[in-house]
Amino acid sequence: MAGVDFNMPILVVDDYKTMLRIIRNLLKQLGFNNVDEATDGSVALQKLRDKKYGLVISDWNMEPMSGLQLLKEVRADQRLNDLPFIMVTAESKSENVVAAKEAGVTNYIIKPFNAATLKTKLTAVIGQF
Amino acid sequence: MDGAHSGGTNRRGGQADPLRAELERRLQLLADHGQRADPKDITAAVESIMATVEGDLSAVNLKLYAEIEALGRYIESAKAEIAEVRPDEIRDQHLPTATDELEAIVGATEQATNQILEAVESIEEVAGEVDEAKSEKITGAVTQVYEACNFQDITGQRITKVVTALQEIERKVDALLAAFGEEMARNQIKRRQAEAASKDDEKSLMNGPASPNEAVSQEDIDALLASFD
Repeated sequence: MAGVDFNMPILVVDDYKTMLRIIRNLLKQLGFNNVDEATDGSVALQKLRDKKYGLVISDWNMEPMSGLQLLKEVRADQRLNDLPFIMVTAESKSENVVAAKEAGVTNYIIKPFNAATLKTKLTAVIGQF
Repeated sequence: MDGAHSGGTNRRGGQADPLRAELERRLQLLADHGQRADPKDITAAVESIMATVEGDLSAVNLKLYAEIEALGRYIESAKAEIAEVRPDEIRDQHLPTATDELEAIVGATEQATNQILEAVESIEEVAGEVDEAKSEKITGAVTQVYEACNFQDITGQRITKVVTALQEIERKVDALLAAFGEEMARNQIKRRQAEAASKDDEKSLMNGPASPNEAVSQEDIDALLASFD
């Protein structure tokens, strides 16, 4: 089994700049330094179409394009549809989780979260590291 | 035509004028007791309803008059109570102030969180310059700070929900004011007169933190103080 590529590009999407910074720092602690940022779904989608990423970590509640819409766009795009996609959101109702799962989310993290949860979910998505 | 209509008891027949006179007399009585409804308006409404009533002006019709009178009184009373709630002030002062304050909270917490993150990032850099045990300790503490800073996102989202709710209330109050505008204007004049007479100067100085665009800098305060010397 091939090891985890710590240099793979990761796109973090959140409309709160502090959250982008926190996730970037936590990823850095875990060894992932190749992190890009986007502040809403439409900006993220453009970045995903312009560059090959290994993982998306996205918030849900953003405008004009939400994280769920971004996920649906990603899954509808032949070149992106197998991209691992983790939703990190305060939307914790079961119907949200169901909707995200039906749209093809790879994993789901509830805010507020801790570093251990982020590592566990990353491991589940990209493999042990 | 049925017999009741031709018998002259229909309001469109010979008794219409006495009925109208009776109704106006009763409404005038209400007005004399401090009610603010314009009798002509209510008469017009009653006539409009009575135009649809067929048959004799019986006890049922008289009861209807009484019910409509009661309805008129109820509406007037409700209008007065709504005016007392001061919806114009709610829309023009309280809601905008609340929204501004909440947005200021989001801005202030974001700024503070960024400062905390910046400081902690500097500390984390030091972790690479010390021995492994200390480095682990520093990194652990730094991670806890990162985790704690999640609060800014969560509180920001909660506050945004409250702001949205306030905007919805503002729309409802707007609709209320559009419906009872004249009543509000009359009350506002009375209220301002009363407030001017009982203004508490010391209380008016307690407004809490100023919004960022209204805030005065320490330099400005120092300059102001110095101007007294």
